[in-house]
Amino acid sequence: MADTLLDIRNLRKSYGALAVTDDVSLAVETGELHAIIGPNGAGKTTLIHQISGMLGSDSGQILFDGQDITRFGMHERVRRGLARSFQITSILPGFSALENVALAVQARSGSSFRLFGNAARERGLNEPALEYLNAVGLGARARLPAGLLSHGEKRQLELAIALATNPKLLLLDEPLAGTGHDDSQRVVETLRRLKGKITIVLIEHDMDAVFTLADRVSVLVYGRVIATGTPKRIRANAEVRAAYLGEEETV
Amino acid sequence: MTTTLLLVQALNGIQFGLILFLIAAGLTLVFGVMDFINLAHGVQYMVGAYLVAAFSAWTGNFGTALLLALPTALAFGLLLEVLIFRHLYDRDHLDQVLATFGVIVFLNQAVKFVWGAAPLNVPVPEILSGSVEIASGLLYPVYRLAIIAAGLAVAGILYGLVSHTRVGMLVRAGATNAPMVSALGVNIQRLFMVVFGFGAMLAGFAGAMVAPILSVEPGMGDNILILAFVVIVIGGVGSIRGAFLAALLIGLVDTVGRTFAPSLLRVFLDPATASQTGRAIAPMLIYIFMAAVLFFRPSGLFPAKR
Amino acid sequence: MTELAETQPMSVRSTGWRPELVPLVLFAAFAAAPLLASASGAEGYVLSLLTRVMVFGIAAMSLDLILGYGALVSFGHAAFLGIGAYSVGILASHGIDEALVQVPVALAASAAFALVTGAISLRTKGVYFIMITLAFGQMLFFLATSLAAYGGDDGLTLASRSLVAGTGLIESDTAFYWVSLLCLLGTYALARAIVASRFGRVLRGAKENPVRMEAIGFHPFRYQLAAYVISGMMAGLAGCLMANQAEFVSPAFMTWQRSGELIFMVVLGGLGSLHGAIIGAALFLLLEEFLPEILHAASFMMDAGFRAHLAENWKMVFGPLLILIVVFARGGIIGLLRRGHHG
Repeated sequence: MADTLLDIRNLRKSYGALAVTDDVSLAVETGELHAIIGPNGAGKTTLIHQISGMLGSDSGQILFDGQDITRFGMHERVRRGLARSFQITSILPGFSALENVALAVQARSGSSFRLFGNAARERGLNEPALEYLNAVGLGARARLPAGLLSHGEKRQLELAIALATNPKLLLLDEPLAGTGHDDSQRVVETLRRLKGKITIVLIEHDMDAVFTLADRVSVLVYGRVIATGTPKRIRANAEVRAAYLGEEETV
Repeated sequence: MTTTLLLVQALNGIQFGLILFLIAAGLTLVFGVMDFINLAHGVQYMVGAYLVAAFSAWTGNFGTALLLALPTALAFGLLLEVLIFRHLYDRDHLDQVLATFGVIVFLNQAVKFVWGAAPLNVPVPEILSGSVEIASGLLYPVYRLAIIAAGLAVAGILYGLVSHTRVGMLVRAGATNAPMVSALGVNIQRLFMVVFGFGAMLAGFAGAMVAPILSVEPGMGDNILILAFVVIVIGGVGSIRGAFLAALLIGLVDTVGRTFAPSLLRVFLDPATASQTGRAIAPMLIYIFMAAVLFFRPSGLFPAKR
Repeated sequence: MTELAETQPMSVRSTGWRPELVPLVLFAAFAAAPLLASASGAEGYVLSLLTRVMVFGIAAMSLDLILGYGALVSFGHAAFLGIGAYSVGILASHGIDEALVQVPVALAASAAFALVTGAISLRTKGVYFIMITLAFGQMLFFLATSLAAYGGDDGLTLASRSLVAGTGLIESDTAFYWVSLLCLLGTYALARAIVASRFGRVLRGAKENPVRMEAIGFHPFRYQLAAYVISGMMAGLAGCLMANQAEFVSPAFMTWQRSGELIFMVVLGGLGSLHGAIIGAALFLLLEEFLPEILHAASFMMDAGFRAHLAENWKMVFGPLLILIVVFARGGIIGLLRRGHHG
């Protein structure tokens, strides 16, 4: 029985009468790549917000690496190794790609309450940052202001920043959204390389990617998990097929 | 007797609170619906007072002066909106703060230019002059009661408009999610003008009403503007109900607090120190109150947006 | 490309060599001024004016630290000027003239006020923050006016300038000018160091994208509060200098209009450029000083009465000028210089 790294128990979030997250329980094992799929409006992003700490939950528990992090703020969760990427790219456009990643390295490298010294020239931050950029294929674009990168490159930068926080678990919110064929291939490759080294929870609509990469898949419909299992089993599940009937993608 | 004093100050507090509400209501709507921080709102209040002073001197009748002042104040507010404010809706808050600050500097000086720096005198209208005995041994000025009545009436009308009319519904919707309202096809430009004009008129009305009892002078809108901000912050931006309750609270804390702070302090300190400290703390009470509320509720008591 | 140029890419600039001409020229001008002043024949007036410019330069710089680099629109910054000034005034009125006591007290008081009000204000967002800082500033203003023992509304006159280590070093205007310049240089160097440091980078990142900063493990609040305290202390120092410059302390130092003027100085100079804040302060004060004269001269065809009336009401021109600058001069003076450099 593998270790459970992320244990979500009876999580709830309602807006008035609408239950966006409706009694969700999920256990993610260390080292697995666990995909969460579901039709639009199922509450996937809300769930990620709750797990990452961007949104508070009405009730339920989130246990990470044995610790109850339900009340922790986002930054505290990141410090404990729970990092995320955003569906809508969220980077620092005025800073270079290198500095974007270097800041993530800085967050875990000692105190940032240093008032002296030139942060932009710290080798101890820039060298690891460059490595992460190279890992996602952005090494050549390191000095460019992040705002000038192409959309696909920005998605890669998101990934690099998340990786630079040295996470135990990575929450990826639609990393392939809006990417063209080449870029998405690149992201899938990167994720394939990360498989097993980092635990990954992946929200995606791209079913090819999901079924190629995922060890297990959970299906979220109207805020509830209707099925969890290996990709093969999920494909064959009648309820899942019914939920997707109005939204035939590539299942 | 202390009870009489307490009652008088409570009434004063309510009166002050209602005036604050009239000013804060327009401000909170403009902020809630248009995301526009208007420092020059206090100037509307001042303009209302000056207009009623000018018309009162011209016609010799307060009532007529009031009837003339209100539409003029409205027109003036709309003029400012068209000329300046409209161009600031898309700008960030910093730019809005600076530009409206410039408007205050200009108008405070303009008013001095036209009417001079000395305070203007507006006589209390005959029918509302004098005091009335509202409880045994308790005399209270009729005019202040009139202000309270007028304030409550306007609050009632405002409540009716906002809760029970289509425009009111659009305004409430706009206060919670303006882009959505626009996306639904509502002429947002016109809605903004309605909200803005109405707010300006409310402030002008407040200024006109207090003209007989306060000094009408350049800069009279500045301090009350800051108090209106405190009201909004405590009540919650975009919320009329919040503004109403917060305004009354502040009015009471300020007037009752100022009078009784020295006495309360006498419990802990000797009379001389108590009175000195009391007088130093009294003007700070509202702000301490604000700090306390915000400490527990950073979004105010009744925020319109979640 | 233009959009990015306006987002102040400080990080990109600092990785390469860039000729820092503007601050060099600026400080050289300040250093040369006393010589020119003595040549002008109005030495006292020029020194006094330029000292005021430098003092406001420090205050504006302190605001730029949180406004330009942190996007915190503090509309109550004049309160710190007041704290600094009143620290000097109150201690002096009790016989403590020594600057080496007054300044630390001022710094401590500023830090305390910043810590308490910042802790409350920074938990709120956007417009709330502006309104709350405005309110706190007003609160302190009223406190100052109600301190009857220290002059109340009318303020407090200082018998003389503060003693520095027991000496009357800053009694002379020239000596005081050099001390002020030293303070200006010192705070400028400190601010530059802070901006380039790890701390400064977190602050700048939080300005661009606070959610992103949280997502990599930073809690913006702590950094913003620290920056707010540092900024307050710097402005407190400026307040001490101001009290000594005027040999007078009054609530007028800390009105909300003064806070607005500080914001205006920073924006005029260019947000996120420390020497820009100093330039903005200089321009503002010079305009304030000479606009009445300019108006008087420009209205030469009108009659004497009107000209006097116009000059008296120079603020009527000042107000619209502010509005126009906000609307048209994006990026302030430094922005104009940068555009000229690229174009």
